[in-house]
Amino acid sequence: MFNAVYRSIGGVGRRVREGVWTLGYAARFFVAVLLRSGDLLRRPGLVLRELYYVGVLSVIIILVSSLFVGMVLGLQGYETLKIYGSDSALGVLVALSLTRELGPVVAALLFASRAGTAITAEVGLMKTTEQLSAMEMMAVDPVARVVAPRFWAGVISMPLLAAMFSAAGIFGGYLVGVVLIGLDDGTFWSQMQAAVEWHHDVLNGIIKSAVFGVAVSVIALFEGFDAQPTAEGVALATTRTVVVSSLAILGLDFVLTAFMFKG
Amino acid sequence: MQRGILDFWVGLFVIGGIAALLFLAIKVSTINTISTANSYEVTADFDNIGGLKVRAPVKSAGVVVGRVAKISFDNNNFEAKVALRLDKRYQFPADTSASILTSGLLGEQYVALQPGGDTKNLANGSRIQITQSAVVLENLISQFIYNKAQDKGTSHATSP
Repeated sequence: MFNAVYRSIGGVGRRVREGVWTLGYAARFFVAVLLRSGDLLRRPGLVLRELYYVGVLSVIIILVSSLFVGMVLGLQGYETLKIYGSDSALGVLVALSLTRELGPVVAALLFASRAGTAITAEVGLMKTTEQLSAMEMMAVDPVARVVAPRFWAGVISMPLLAAMFSAAGIFGGYLVGVVLIGLDDGTFWSQMQAAVEWHHDVLNGIIKSAVFGVAVSVIALFEGFDAQPTAEGVALATTRTVVVSSLAILGLDFVLTAFMFKG
Repeated sequence: MQRGILDFWVGLFVIGGIAALLFLAIKVSTINTISTANSYEVTADFDNIGGLKVRAPVKSAGVVVGRVAKISFDNNNFEAKVALRLDKRYQFPADTSASILTSGLLGEQYVALQPGGDTKNLANGSRIQITQSAVVLENLISQFIYNKAQDKGTSHATSP
């Protein structure tokens, strides 16, 4: 019986130790990616190719989901604002919630599940089929050749995707508020414009999304790079990418919001 | 380097992202920070500012002419010192009065400027002399109750 207790306590200790180990390795990995990004200036084509797979292919899911998010916000917001007779502030509600929070966060969550998993699976499979080792044998640095382009593609495309998300979401809110419910077109936009501020609301949202882009890209690449070189290992790594990056996005969002919008 | 179909799509993607940013900048938001170059600052002392916040609008005749720049407590006369940053395009007479009003019943509070008749204008750093504090709802209610009780008292006294 004591043995079982000892073993369970030991299991906890081992998990913590492994967690610390992984975290340290991930931090070292992040620094290595940053240090070996210099070569990309000479070969921008590598980033361009990844921008296509990471950014362009995520546009459809971002646009469609943001349109629906905006339309739902329009409907729900109208229902609540109507009670207080301030349904003219619907544009403000939709625009502020999208530019400050929903745009960056939901776009990053979608990005993690659309592009992050693809990156992890690709890099993990490269490791499993020993392509990364083969590169090292040919004196090609896999971090510089495979990891860094994907990292920068993620960092560049995330703010653009978040901006698209916010814009399309506001258009969705407009569709429901003005076209469907029949609020006044002019009040919708002018109230929105009076209440939303470029620096405080829009720019802070963009900064948030850039931070999320860094986090998701690093997590996805690291999980792929660190995956067990088996089919099962790649599957586990892909799952971990979604779980860890979603948690990272929501946690970072709280920290950033606390910094940006206090008082 | 060869130009492929990939470059075209990535180009479209970047254009789309920048277009979305422009839409957010032009149609959705405003850059309403008044630069120090084309503005001037005046101060006003209030007994009570209520819920006035920094960056609240300063309005005259309902038009936004500036923003509240700073709110501090003056320990010499125990009043609130409010610094107002006004747009240089709008000049006000030196005997302009400032009052803190609420937009709507539960809306945000703002500073309203009522121009006077002086020939001299407010300059950078000058102080608005005539101010009217924010209306605090609790004071209003207690005053109302007090008056009500007083009315009752006098009516009782005079009725017999």
